[in-house]
Amino acid sequence: MRSVAQLNPGEKGIVNNFTNEYISLKLLEMGVLPGTEVQMRFVAPLGCPICIRVSGYDLSLRLEEAATITLS
Amino acid sequence: MSNASINVALVGNPNAGKTSIFNLLTGMNQKVGNFPGVTMDKVSGTFRAKDTIANVIDLPGTYSIYPRSMDERVVFDVLSDQQAHDFPDKIVVIADASNLERNLLLFSEIQDLGLPTVLVLSMLDVANRSGLNIDLRALEEEFNTTVLTINGRTGEGISELKSTLLEDISGTSELFYNINELSPEIIPVIKEKFGLDNDYVAYQYAQQTYSKTFLTNDEKHFIADKKVEYNFCDRQFQTTETVERYKIIREKLTRIVTKTDIETTATRNHKIDKILTHKIYGYLIFFVVLFALFQSIFAWAEPFMDYIDFGFAKLSSWAKTYLPSGVFTDLIAEGIIPGLGGVVIFIPQIALLFCFIAILEESGYMARVVFLMDKIMRKFGLNGKSVVPLISGVACAIPAIMAARNIESWKDRIITIFVTPFMSCSARLPVYAILIALVIPNDYLFGILSVQGLALMSLYLIGFLGAIFSALLMKKILKVKEQSYFIMELPIYRWPKWKNVWITIFSKSKTFVFEAGKIILAISIILWVLASYGPGENFDKAEQFISNEYPQLSQASPEFDDLVSAHKLEHSYAGILGKSIEPAIKPLGYDWKIGIALITSFAAREVFVGTIATIYSVGSDAEDESTIKDKLRAEINPYTGQPMYSIALGVSLMLFYAFAMQCMSTLAVVYRETKSWKWPILQLVYMSAVAYIFALIAYQLLK
Repeated sequence: MRSVAQLNPGEKGIVNNFTNEYISLKLLEMGVLPGTEVQMRFVAPLGCPICIRVSGYDLSLRLEEAATITLS
Repeated sequence: MSNASINVALVGNPNAGKTSIFNLLTGMNQKVGNFPGVTMDKVSGTFRAKDTIANVIDLPGTYSIYPRSMDERVVFDVLSDQQAHDFPDKIVVIADASNLERNLLLFSEIQDLGLPTVLVLSMLDVANRSGLNIDLRALEEEFNTTVLTINGRTGEGISELKSTLLEDISGTSELFYNINELSPEIIPVIKEKFGLDNDYVAYQYAQQTYSKTFLTNDEKHFIADKKVEYNFCDRQFQTTETVERYKIIREKLTRIVTKTDIETTATRNHKIDKILTHKIYGYLIFFVVLFALFQSIFAWAEPFMDYIDFGFAKLSSWAKTYLPSGVFTDLIAEGIIPGLGGVVIFIPQIALLFCFIAILEESGYMARVVFLMDKIMRKFGLNGKSVVPLISGVACAIPAIMAARNIESWKDRIITIFVTPFMSCSARLPVYAILIALVIPNDYLFGILSVQGLALMSLYLIGFLGAIFSALLMKKILKVKEQSYFIMELPIYRWPKWKNVWITIFSKSKTFVFEAGKIILAISIILWVLASYGPGENFDKAEQFISNEYPQLSQASPEFDDLVSAHKLEHSYAGILGKSIEPAIKPLGYDWKIGIALITSFAAREVFVGTIATIYSVGSDAEDESTIKDKLRAEINPYTGQPMYSIALGVSLMLFYAFAMQCMSTLAVVYRETKSWKWPILQLVYMSAVAYIFALIAYQLLK
């Protein structure tokens, strides 16, 4: 299954679920919910962290965290 | 006329404009105190409207009522401790209008606590420019609350907020999200035990049992037992609650917000981000910003520091001349005034540092620096967010360590706090300056690069390397089963609000003077006592000893006085201490005189210069650097017959000062921030050991 970490800059996806409960609690609070559209914006020069657009704002997170968000 | 008073708490997401509204409400009537039980700065202020005084608490920014970092922990504490004297009568939730959905999550949680709550929308202009139209009446109806709008830049709407706060606002008893669906059994039990009347507060007692500071251990055990009994699953409930809340919010928002335009703000942001996080320009711009910061801290602050230095020296001699002579005057002139001067002299640097940091944070650039640096910092066991404390450490470790609070991960935060004092703070600069002038030749490489300047730069670099390699070491040693993560909002770029910048500078400088000042002053007085008193005849009859030794000197001459004070210092308690540590520091090339300076440096490192001046009896114009230098140059090592201040001793001393933990105030702040003596003690032992080993190697290799 694809995760947010695998999106290319500009590409969009719909959040399906989370693979890590602890991290998911923080992501949920930040508005990353199952069914929400996320768009990969850009990647930091060293490949990590990344910046995604979700529910109208920019959120940065590391690749490890992005990999816990699966897409449908 | 009796004044009524109300307590108001401000709550909101980070970057929602909470600080601007707090500043607009209270102006300069602000003070920084402590939250009881935790060592968090509590920023509060007052405003007066009609005959009511409102006490406003600015709570740390948070995305939800569930705490992650130390900052966030206090939010629910303040909002639920009904016994506290400043328990809020009214809550103002500040929400960023351009990002309503996420901001309303926090609002819905706060509203469920049942206190009278007002919703204030900020940044409505940004929202409108992004093509969002918000129906404020619909928002009021759907969310069952009073809605006000405030423009954080112009202050428009602030008087409406003030008058609304004076009116009767009722809290809603109806829950936004009915928490009883999750765990119906435990809520009535907790409500009865603690005399609570709100379901959501009771539910949060169960969710946040261990982070609550005002519960006793027995009470915590009681809740923990009940949680097991009723099968209370913290995380699962929290997940369901958050998802359900968002569902309701999204559904309601379809009737409130209409989107008309493309996202213009977002595209503008995206363009700036492309440059500022570019793989070449991004780092280039960051280094230019850093360079400007260093320049300002050192070059721009210098004239002010010189004035302060001069002013306190004048004040000291004034006190000596005009106050009746005696022990008390000596204490004022030689202990208290220089001690105060040692605090005040750092104000220009601290003010400039906070000016820069406030501008970088207000504009949204700091979040990008954190974003750029995270991967590099992570390699060394730090976090992108460690960048701010490390940069601040160049001015002073005290505010720098306090800046580590917003790091959520305990391990990353402890490592950051632990290594920040390695960064060469401004108190080391005077020590470096005099030692470099003494032992490094004033030559130029290739005609342009000053060797002395390079030496100074290397010392800063050494401090930085000391910090990151110690972090690496701690990363390997600290075995913590803790998931660290990095999930951070990248706020939109905005022009800084200058009022906020000024108030930050003012309040941070004030906190520094009063918090660090107390400790520095106390230690200065203790050191003065140690250096001014001594046991036995050698101390009491110093004049006699000197006139016996130098019969040709007139007792009225300044040289005589200088020799007497040097003799007194040698036989004072401080001198005895210096001599007693001489065997330990001899391998580093130091004698008892330097030993005294090392001991007195614990008050503040720059005291080194003053102490050395006294020991080598430079006399009353100790401020004149050239005199100290000449005296030090003339000093002969009794064992080798060579000049005492050789390159070996100079380098050894510089390395020692670069690494050693010689700052009581920093240790006190580390204790305050970590709430344990373990970390400051470890820091003291570790940093002193590193300093000793490097100084030893340098001296033994170079001598």
